[in-house]
Amino acid sequence: MLSAASTMVLAVDAAPNPWFDPSYVSGNWSSILPLLGEHVRLTVGAVLLGTLLAFPLALLARRSRWLAGPVLGFSTLIYTIPSLAMFAFVAPVTGLTATTVLIGLVLYSLVILVRNFLAGLQSVPADVREAALGMGYGKARTLWQVEVPLALPSIMAGLRVATVSTVALVTVGVIVGHGGLGQLITGGFAANFYRAEIVTGALGCVLLALLADLLLAGVGRALTPWSRGARS
Amino acid sequence: MNLLQDAVRYLNDPFNWTRANGIIELLVQHLRISALAVLAAMAIGIPVGALLGHTGRGGGFAVALSNVSRAVPTLALLTVFAVTPIGFGPNATTIALALFAVPPVLTNTYVGFRGVDRDVVEASRAMGMSGRQVLLRAELPLATPLMMTGVRTAAVQVVATATLAALVAGGGLGRIITLGFRQQDYGAVLAGALVVAALAVLTELLLAAVSWAITPGEKRVPFARVRPRRAAVAGAAAPR
Repeated sequence: MLSAASTMVLAVDAAPNPWFDPSYVSGNWSSILPLLGEHVRLTVGAVLLGTLLAFPLALLARRSRWLAGPVLGFSTLIYTIPSLAMFAFVAPVTGLTATTVLIGLVLYSLVILVRNFLAGLQSVPADVREAALGMGYGKARTLWQVEVPLALPSIMAGLRVATVSTVALVTVGVIVGHGGLGQLITGGFAANFYRAEIVTGALGCVLLALLADLLLAGVGRALTPWSRGARS
Repeated sequence: MNLLQDAVRYLNDPFNWTRANGIIELLVQHLRISALAVLAAMAIGIPVGALLGHTGRGGGFAVALSNVSRAVPTLALLTVFAVTPIGFGPNATTIALALFAVPPVLTNTYVGFRGVDRDVVEASRAMGMSGRQVLLRAELPLATPLMMTGVRTAAVQVVATATLAALVAGGGLGRIITLGFRQQDYGAVLAGALVVAALAVLTELLLAAVSWAITPGEKRVPFARVRPRRAAVAGAAAPR
Protein backbone atom coordinates (compact mmCIF):
# COMPACT_ATOMS: atom_id res chain seq x y z
CA MET A 1 0.00 0.00 0.00
CA LEU A 2 2.96 2.24 0.55
CA SER A 3 4.28 1.57 -2.93
CA ALA A 4 0.88 2.21 -4.49
CA ALA A 5 0.90 5.71 -3.13
CA SER A 6 4.49 6.53 -3.94
CA THR A 7 4.88 5.13 -7.44
CA MET A 8 3.07 7.85 -9.33
CA VAL A 9 2.94 10.93 -7.15
CA LEU A 10 5.82 12.58 -5.36
CA ALA A 11 5.15 14.25 -2.05
CA VAL A 12 6.24 17.55 -3.62
CA ASP A 13 3.39 17.39 -6.12
CA ALA A 14 0.76 15.94 -3.85
CA ALA A 15 0.98 18.34 -0.93
CA PRO A 16 -0.26 21.88 -1.50
CA ASN A 17 2.79 24.09 -1.98
CA PRO A 18 1.56 27.60 -2.82
CA TRP A 19 3.91 30.38 -3.94
CA PHE A 20 2.32 32.92 -1.61
CA ASP A 21 1.07 32.07 1.84
CA PRO A 22 0.30 34.90 4.29
CA SER A 23 -0.22 32.39 7.07
CA TYR A 24 3.43 31.34 6.71
CA VAL A 25 4.56 34.90 7.42
CA SER A 26 2.22 35.39 10.38
CA GLY A 27 2.87 31.92 11.78
CA ASN A 28 6.66 32.22 11.59
CA TRP A 29 6.99 35.90 12.38
CA SER A 30 9.08 35.20 15.46
CA SER A 31 11.75 33.44 13.39
CA ILE A 32 11.57 35.85 10.43
CA LEU A 33 12.07 38.95 12.56
CA PRO A 34 15.58 38.11 13.85
CA LEU A 35 16.67 37.29 10.28
CA LEU A 36 15.24 40.59 9.06
CA GLY A 37 17.06 42.34 11.90
CA GLU A 38 20.35 40.70 10.95
CA HIS A 39 19.81 41.65 7.31
CA VAL A 40 19.24 45.30 8.21
CA ARG A 41 22.18 45.35 10.69
CA LEU A 42 24.58 43.87 8.12
CA THR A 43 23.45 46.28 5.40
CA VAL A 44 23.63 49.38 7.57
CA GLY A 45 26.96 48.32 9.05
CA ALA A 46 28.51 47.58 5.67
CA VAL A 47 27.40 50.85 4.08
CA LEU A 48 28.40 52.93 7.14
CA LEU A 49 31.85 51.35 7.45
CA GLY A 50 32.25 51.54 3.67
CA THR A 51 31.47 55.26 3.78
CA LEU A 52 33.93 55.89 6.61
CA LEU A 53 36.70 54.12 4.66
CA ALA A 54 35.76 55.37 1.19
CA PHE A 55 35.78 59.06 2.03
CA PRO A 56 39.48 59.34 3.01
CA LEU A 57 40.40 57.06 0.10
CA ALA A 58 38.52 59.30 -2.34
CA LEU A 59 40.28 62.35 -0.88
CA LEU A 60 43.66 60.61 -1.27
CA ALA A 61 42.90 59.53 -4.83
CA ARG A 62 41.86 63.06 -5.71
CA ARG A 63 45.04 64.54 -4.32
CA SER A 64 47.36 62.84 -6.77
CA ARG A 65 46.99 61.06 -10.08
CA TRP A 66 49.61 58.52 -8.95
CA LEU A 67 47.35 57.33 -6.16
CA ALA A 68 44.16 57.41 -8.22
CA GLY A 69 45.42 54.65 -10.57
CA PRO A 70 46.18 52.04 -7.90
CA VAL A 71 43.06 52.88 -5.86
CA LEU A 72 40.75 52.48 -8.85
CA GLY A 73 42.63 49.48 -10.21
CA PHE A 74 42.55 47.67 -6.90
CA SER A 75 38.86 48.41 -6.48
CA THR A 76 38.15 46.96 -9.94
CA LEU A 77 39.96 43.80 -8.88
CA ILE A 78 37.88 43.50 -5.71
CA TYR A 79 34.70 44.08 -7.70
CA THR A 80 35.57 41.20 -10.03
CA ILE A 81 35.94 38.61 -7.26
CA PRO A 82 32.70 36.63 -6.82
CA SER A 83 31.00 37.12 -3.47
CA LEU A 84 31.08 33.44 -2.59
CA ALA A 85 34.85 33.41 -3.12
CA MET A 86 35.17 36.62 -1.08
CA PHE A 87 33.39 35.09 1.89
CA ALA A 88 35.49 31.96 1.41
CA PHE A 89 38.67 34.07 1.59
CA VAL A 90 37.55 35.76 4.80
CA ALA A 91 35.94 32.77 6.52
CA PRO A 92 39.15 30.91 7.48
CA VAL A 93 40.20 34.00 9.47
CA THR A 94 36.96 35.06 11.16
CA GLY A 95 35.09 31.75 11.12
CA LEU A 96 31.37 31.17 10.66
CA THR A 97 30.32 34.53 12.08
CA ALA A 98 28.44 37.59 10.88
CA THR A 99 31.80 39.41 10.87
CA THR A 100 32.85 37.35 7.85
CA VAL A 101 29.81 38.56 5.91
CA LEU A 102 30.32 42.13 7.12
CA ILE A 103 33.95 42.29 5.95
CA GLY A 104 33.04 41.01 2.48
CA LEU A 105 30.14 43.45 2.18
CA VAL A 106 32.25 46.41 3.35
CA LEU A 107 34.79 45.66 0.61
CA TYR A 108 32.13 45.66 -2.12
CA SER A 109 30.35 48.80 -0.90
CA LEU A 110 33.76 50.49 -0.54
CA VAL A 111 34.42 50.01 -4.25
CA ILE A 112 31.12 51.56 -5.34
CA LEU A 113 31.44 54.43 -2.87
CA VAL A 114 35.06 55.40 -3.66
CA ARG A 115 34.22 55.72 -7.36
CA ASN A 116 31.15 57.86 -6.77
CA PHE A 117 32.78 60.04 -4.08
CA LEU A 118 35.73 60.65 -6.38
CA ALA A 119 33.50 61.47 -9.34
CA GLY A 120 31.50 63.86 -7.15
CA LEU A 121 34.55 65.66 -5.78
CA GLN A 122 36.09 65.92 -9.25
CA SER A 123 32.90 67.41 -10.65
CA VAL A 124 33.23 70.51 -8.42
CA PRO A 125 34.18 73.36 -10.80
CA ALA A 126 37.64 74.81 -10.23
CA ASP A 127 36.13 78.33 -10.29
CA VAL A 128 34.02 77.55 -7.25
CA ARG A 129 37.03 76.21 -5.36
CA GLU A 130 39.05 79.29 -6.24
CA ALA A 131 36.21 81.59 -5.24
CA ALA A 132 36.09 79.87 -1.83
CA LEU A 133 39.85 80.24 -1.51
CA GLY A 134 39.56 83.93 -2.46
CA MET A 135 36.94 84.46 0.20
CA GLY A 136 39.43 83.22 2.77
CA TYR A 137 38.09 79.69 3.29
CA GLY A 138 40.65 77.23 4.65
CA LYS A 139 41.12 73.77 3.21
CA ALA A 140 38.84 71.95 5.66
CA ARG A 141 36.14 74.59 5.43
CA THR A 142 36.24 74.51 1.62
CA LEU A 143 35.85 70.76 1.73
CA TRP A 144 32.92 70.62 4.14
CA GLN A 145 31.04 73.77 3.18
CA VAL A 146 31.68 74.00 -0.57
CA GLU A 147 32.92 70.78 -2.13
CA VAL A 148 30.92 68.14 -0.22
CA PRO A 149 27.58 69.92 -0.70
CA LEU A 150 28.26 70.26 -4.42
CA ALA A 151 29.28 66.60 -4.63
CA LEU A 152 26.18 65.47 -2.70
CA PRO A 153 24.14 64.28 -5.72
CA SER A 154 26.94 61.93 -6.75
CA ILE A 155 27.58 60.88 -3.13
CA MET A 156 23.92 60.06 -2.57
CA ALA A 157 23.73 58.18 -5.88
CA GLY A 158 26.68 56.07 -4.75
CA LEU A 159 25.09 55.41 -1.35
CA ARG A 160 21.85 54.28 -3.02
CA VAL A 161 23.57 51.89 -5.40
CA ALA A 162 25.79 50.54 -2.62
CA THR A 163 22.84 50.01 -0.27
CA VAL A 164 20.64 48.27 -2.83
CA SER A 165 23.37 45.90 -3.97
CA THR A 166 24.42 45.22 -0.37
CA VAL A 167 20.85 44.19 0.53
CA ALA A 168 20.94 41.71 -2.35
CA LEU A 169 24.44 40.47 -1.47
CA VAL A 170 23.68 39.73 2.19
CA THR A 171 21.81 36.63 0.99
CA VAL A 172 25.08 35.01 -0.11
CA GLY A 173 26.05 35.05 3.57
CA VAL A 174 24.08 31.80 3.93
CA ILE A 175 27.37 30.06 3.18
CA VAL A 176 28.49 30.91 6.73
CA GLY A 177 24.98 30.77 8.18
CA HIS A 178 24.50 34.54 8.45
CA GLY A 179 22.60 35.47 5.31
CA GLY A 180 19.72 37.41 6.87
CA LEU A 181 16.61 36.77 4.80
CA GLY A 182 18.74 34.58 2.55
CA GLN A 183 18.43 31.95 5.29
CA LEU A 184 14.74 31.71 4.39
CA ILE A 185 15.58 31.17 0.72
CA THR A 186 17.99 28.29 1.26
CA GLY A 187 15.96 27.09 4.26
CA GLY A 188 12.88 26.72 2.08
CA PHE A 189 14.94 25.01 -0.59
CA ALA A 190 16.24 22.53 1.94
CA ALA A 191 12.78 22.01 3.50
CA ASN A 192 11.51 20.02 0.50
CA PHE A 193 11.21 23.09 -1.78
CA TYR A 194 8.83 24.98 0.52
CA ARG A 195 7.82 27.76 -1.87
CA ALA A 196 6.14 30.07 0.65
CA GLU A 197 9.36 30.31 2.66
CA ILE A 198 11.51 30.92 -0.44
CA VAL A 199 9.20 33.61 -1.79
CA THR A 200 8.98 35.30 1.63
CA GLY A 201 12.78 35.57 1.74
CA ALA A 202 13.08 36.74 -1.87
CA LEU A 203 10.29 39.29 -1.74
CA GLY A 204 11.51 40.48 1.65
CA CYS A 205 14.92 41.28 0.14
CA VAL A 206 13.42 43.16 -2.80
CA LEU A 207 11.06 45.15 -0.58
CA LEU A 208 13.87 45.96 1.85
CA ALA A 209 16.05 47.21 -1.03
CA LEU A 210 13.18 49.29 -2.38
CA LEU A 211 12.46 50.78 1.03
CA ALA A 212 16.12 51.64 1.66
CA ASP A 213 16.38 53.21 -1.80
CA LEU A 214 13.30 55.37 -1.23
CA LEU A 215 14.58 56.38 2.20
CA LEU A 216 17.96 57.46 0.81
CA ALA A 217 16.29 59.25 -2.10
CA GLY A 218 14.24 61.20 0.47
CA VAL A 219 17.36 62.02 2.49
CA GLY A 220 19.10 63.19 -0.68
CA ARG A 221 16.16 65.43 -1.54
CA ALA A 222 16.11 66.90 1.95
CA LEU A 223 19.87 67.57 1.89
CA THR A 224 19.90 69.32 -1.49
CA PRO A 225 16.91 71.66 -1.41
CA TRP A 226 18.51 73.90 -4.06
CA SER A 227 18.30 71.25 -6.78
CA ARG A 228 14.56 70.72 -6.41
CA GLY A 229 13.30 73.56 -8.61
CA ALA A 230 15.88 73.01 -11.30
CA ARG A 231 15.10 69.32 -11.77
CA SER A 232 11.77 69.77 -13.53
CA MET B 1 50.19 30.20 6.78
CA ASN B 2 48.98 26.69 7.30
CA LEU B 3 45.71 27.15 5.44
CA LEU B 4 47.48 28.49 2.39
CA GLN B 5 49.66 25.38 2.39
CA ASP B 6 46.53 23.23 2.52
CA ALA B 7 45.06 25.15 -0.40
CA VAL B 8 48.23 24.79 -2.45
CA ARG B 9 48.39 21.10 -1.61
CA TYR B 10 44.77 20.71 -2.77
CA LEU B 11 45.52 22.47 -6.04
CA ASN B 12 48.75 20.53 -6.51
CA ASP B 13 47.06 17.13 -6.33
CA PRO B 14 46.33 15.99 -9.91
CA PHE B 15 43.54 13.76 -8.62
CA ASN B 16 41.60 16.83 -7.45
CA TRP B 17 41.64 18.08 -11.03
CA THR B 18 40.89 14.94 -13.00
CA ARG B 19 38.47 12.95 -10.81
CA ALA B 20 34.71 12.92 -11.37
CA ASN B 21 33.41 16.28 -10.11
CA GLY B 22 37.01 17.46 -10.03
CA ILE B 23 38.18 20.95 -10.93
CA ILE B 24 38.34 20.30 -14.69
CA GLU B 25 34.85 18.79 -14.92
CA LEU B 26 33.37 21.59 -12.80
CA LEU B 27 35.25 24.20 -14.82
CA VAL B 28 33.82 22.87 -18.08
CA GLN B 29 30.35 22.85 -16.53
CA HIS B 30 30.86 26.38 -15.22
CA LEU B 31 32.01 27.70 -18.59
CA ARG B 32 29.23 25.95 -20.53
CA ILE B 33 26.53 27.40 -18.29
CA SER B 34 28.14 30.86 -18.43
CA ALA B 35 28.56 30.85 -22.21
CA LEU B 36 24.96 29.76 -22.79
CA ALA B 37 23.66 32.43 -20.41
CA VAL B 38 25.70 35.23 -22.03
CA LEU B 39 24.70 34.17 -25.55
CA ALA B 40 21.04 34.11 -24.54
CA ALA B 41 21.37 37.54 -22.93
CA MET B 42 23.06 38.89 -26.08
CA ALA B 43 20.32 37.43 -28.27
CA ILE B 44 17.72 39.31 -26.23
CA GLY B 45 19.59 42.40 -25.08
CA ILE B 46 21.36 43.55 -28.24
CA PRO B 47 18.37 43.67 -30.64
CA VAL B 48 16.06 45.23 -28.06
CA GLY B 49 18.70 47.74 -26.92
CA ALA B 50 19.57 48.62 -30.52
CA LEU B 51 15.93 49.14 -31.43
CA LEU B 52 15.25 51.28 -28.36
CA GLY B 53 18.39 53.34 -28.99
CA HIS B 54 17.68 53.64 -32.72
CA THR B 55 14.14 54.90 -32.20
CA GLY B 56 15.12 56.86 -29.09
CA ARG B 57 12.24 55.52 -27.07
CA GLY B 58 12.12 53.52 -23.85
CA GLY B 59 15.22 55.04 -22.27
CA GLY B 60 13.50 55.15 -18.90
CA PHE B 61 12.64 51.48 -19.28
CA ALA B 62 16.25 50.52 -19.95
CA VAL B 63 17.53 52.41 -16.90
CA ALA B 64 14.71 51.15 -14.65
CA LEU B 65 15.43 47.58 -15.73
CA SER B 66 19.06 47.80 -14.69
CA ASN B 67 18.11 49.43 -11.37
CA VAL B 68 15.48 46.84 -10.50
CA SER B 69 17.74 43.95 -11.44
CA ARG B 70 20.26 45.22 -8.90
CA ALA B 71 17.74 44.82 -6.08
CA VAL B 72 16.87 41.19 -6.84
CA PRO B 73 19.22 38.78 -5.08
CA THR B 74 20.73 36.29 -7.53
CA LEU B 75 20.28 33.58 -4.95
CA ALA B 76 16.53 34.24 -4.88
CA LEU B 77 16.09 33.87 -8.63
CA LEU B 78 18.30 30.77 -8.75
CA THR B 79 16.20 29.19 -6.02
CA VAL B 80 12.85 30.24 -7.47
CA PHE B 81 13.65 28.65 -10.84
CA ALA B 82 14.87 25.55 -9.10
CA VAL B 83 11.47 24.98 -7.43
CA THR B 84 9.44 25.50 -10.63
CA PRO B 85 8.87 22.50 -12.93
CA ILE B 86 12.23 23.38 -14.56
CA GLY B 87 13.82 21.72 -11.55
CA PHE B 88 17.28 22.39 -10.13
CA GLY B 89 20.26 21.77 -12.35
CA PRO B 90 22.01 23.43 -15.29
CA ASN B 91 18.79 24.61 -16.97
CA ALA B 92 17.48 26.61 -14.03
CA THR B 93 20.94 28.10 -13.45
CA THR B 94 21.33 29.11 -17.09
CA ILE B 95 17.93 30.81 -17.25
CA ALA B 96 18.49 32.72 -13.99
CA LEU B 97 21.97 33.85 -15.07
CA ALA B 98 20.73 34.92 -18.50
CA LEU B 99 18.03 37.06 -16.89
CA PHE B 100 20.67 38.84 -14.81
CA ALA B 101 22.91 39.30 -17.84
CA VAL B 102 20.24 41.01 -19.97
CA PRO B 103 20.19 44.42 -18.16
CA PRO B 104 23.89 45.30 -18.59
CA VAL B 105 23.84 44.24 -22.26
CA LEU B 106 20.56 46.02 -22.99
CA THR B 107 21.39 49.23 -21.15
CA ASN B 108 24.87 49.59 -22.65
CA THR B 109 23.60 48.82 -26.15
CA TYR B 110 20.85 51.39 -25.67
CA VAL B 111 23.30 54.05 -24.45
CA GLY B 112 25.70 53.18 -27.29
CA PHE B 113 23.07 53.58 -30.01
CA ARG B 114 21.51 56.60 -28.31
CA GLY B 115 24.91 58.28 -28.03
CA VAL B 116 25.65 58.18 -31.76
CA ASP B 117 26.11 61.71 -33.05
CA ARG B 118 22.82 62.91 -34.59
CA ASP B 119 24.78 64.63 -37.37
CA VAL B 120 26.21 61.26 -38.44
CA VAL B 121 22.73 59.74 -38.58
CA GLU B 122 21.39 62.67 -40.59
CA ALA B 123 24.37 62.61 -42.95
CA SER B 124 23.88 58.91 -43.64
CA ARG B 125 20.18 59.48 -44.25
CA ALA B 126 21.04 62.31 -46.64
CA MET B 127 23.35 59.91 -48.50
CA GLY B 128 20.28 57.80 -49.21
CA MET B 129 20.70 55.04 -46.62
CA SER B 130 17.57 53.21 -45.61
CA GLY B 131 16.61 52.86 -41.94
CA ARG B 132 18.19 49.43 -41.81
CA GLN B 133 21.40 50.64 -43.43
CA VAL B 134 21.65 53.52 -40.98
CA LEU B 135 21.23 51.06 -38.13
CA LEU B 136 23.74 48.50 -39.39
CA ARG B 137 26.34 50.60 -41.21
CA ALA B 138 26.43 53.89 -39.35
CA GLU B 139 25.15 53.34 -35.82
CA LEU B 140 26.35 49.78 -35.16
CA PRO B 141 30.09 50.44 -35.67
CA LEU B 142 29.90 53.56 -33.53
CA ALA B 143 27.96 51.79 -30.78
CA THR B 144 30.24 48.75 -30.74
CA PRO B 145 32.64 49.91 -27.98
CA LEU B 146 29.84 50.46 -25.46
CA MET B 147 28.01 47.35 -26.59
CA MET B 148 31.15 45.31 -25.97
CA THR B 149 31.52 46.94 -22.57
CA GLY B 150 28.02 45.70 -21.80
CA VAL B 151 28.79 42.19 -22.96
CA ARG B 152 32.01 42.18 -20.97
CA THR B 153 30.26 43.40 -17.82
CA ALA B 154 27.57 40.77 -18.30
CA ALA B 155 30.05 37.97 -18.95
CA VAL B 156 32.20 38.75 -15.92
CA GLN B 157 29.08 39.00 -13.78
CA VAL B 158 27.74 35.68 -15.10
CA VAL B 159 31.02 33.86 -14.48
CA ALA B 160 31.03 35.26 -10.94
CA THR B 161 27.37 34.48 -10.31
CA ALA B 162 27.56 30.94 -11.63
CA THR B 163 29.43 30.05 -8.42
CA LEU B 164 26.23 30.72 -6.46
CA ALA B 165 24.48 27.87 -8.25
CA ALA B 166 26.32 25.54 -5.89
CA LEU B 167 24.27 26.91 -2.99
CA VAL B 168 21.11 25.44 -4.50
CA ALA B 169 22.52 22.11 -5.67
CA GLY B 170 23.58 23.37 -9.09
CA GLY B 171 26.94 22.67 -10.70
CA GLY B 172 29.98 24.79 -11.36
CA LEU B 173 33.14 25.67 -9.46
CA GLY B 174 31.21 26.99 -6.46
CA ARG B 175 30.81 23.35 -5.45
CA ILE B 176 34.40 23.18 -4.26
CA ILE B 177 33.66 26.01 -1.83
CA THR B 178 30.29 24.73 -0.58
CA LEU B 179 31.66 21.21 -0.19
CA GLY B 180 34.69 22.55 1.66
CA PHE B 181 32.45 24.44 4.09
CA ARG B 182 30.31 21.36 4.69
CA GLN B 183 33.37 19.22 5.39
CA GLN B 184 35.03 22.02 7.38
CA ASP B 185 38.01 21.67 5.05
CA TYR B 186 39.11 25.29 4.86
CA GLY B 187 42.08 24.43 2.66
CA ALA B 188 39.66 23.25 -0.02
CA VAL B 189 37.50 26.34 0.59
CA LEU B 190 40.48 28.60 0.00
CA ALA B 191 41.56 26.58 -3.04
CA GLY B 192 38.07 26.87 -4.52
CA ALA B 193 37.98 30.60 -3.83
CA LEU B 194 41.35 31.02 -5.56
CA VAL B 195 40.19 29.10 -8.64
CA VAL B 196 36.91 31.04 -8.85
CA ALA B 197 38.55 34.43 -8.35
CA ALA B 198 41.27 33.64 -10.90
CA LEU B 199 38.63 32.59 -13.43
CA ALA B 200 36.69 35.83 -12.93
CA VAL B 201 39.78 38.03 -13.30
CA LEU B 202 40.96 36.05 -16.36
CA THR B 203 37.53 36.44 -17.98
CA GLU B 204 37.67 40.18 -17.43
CA LEU B 205 41.17 40.46 -18.92
CA LEU B 206 40.41 38.17 -21.87
CA LEU B 207 37.23 40.00 -22.80
CA ALA B 208 38.95 43.36 -22.44
CA ALA B 209 41.51 42.16 -24.99
CA VAL B 210 38.79 40.81 -27.30
CA SER B 211 36.76 44.01 -27.22
CA TRP B 212 39.93 46.01 -27.81
CA ALA B 213 40.73 43.89 -30.85
CA ILE B 214 37.31 44.02 -32.50
CA THR B 215 36.52 47.66 -31.78
CA PRO B 216 36.80 49.59 -35.04
CA GLY B 217 38.59 52.91 -35.22
CA GLU B 218 41.10 54.45 -32.89
CA LYS B 219 42.43 51.95 -30.36
CA ARG B 220 42.99 52.80 -26.79
CA VAL B 221 44.44 50.52 -24.21
CA PRO B 222 41.77 49.11 -21.86
CA PHE B 223 41.92 50.23 -18.20
CA ALA B 224 44.29 53.07 -19.08
CA ARG B 225 41.53 55.59 -18.61
CA VAL B 226 38.41 55.65 -16.49
CA ARG B 227 35.37 55.12 -18.71
CA PRO B 228 33.05 58.06 -19.37
CA ARG B 229 30.94 58.56 -16.30
CA ARG B 230 27.53 58.41 -17.90
CA ALA B 231 28.19 55.10 -19.55
CA ALA B 232 29.80 53.64 -16.46
CA VAL B 233 26.82 54.53 -14.30
CA ALA B 234 24.29 53.25 -16.82
CA GLY B 235 26.00 49.94 -17.32
CA ALA B 236 27.47 49.33 -13.90
CA ALA B 237 26.69 45.87 -12.66
CA ALA B 238 26.12 44.82 -9.10
CA PRO B 239 28.73 42.66 -7.42
CA ARG B 240 27.52 39.09 -7.23
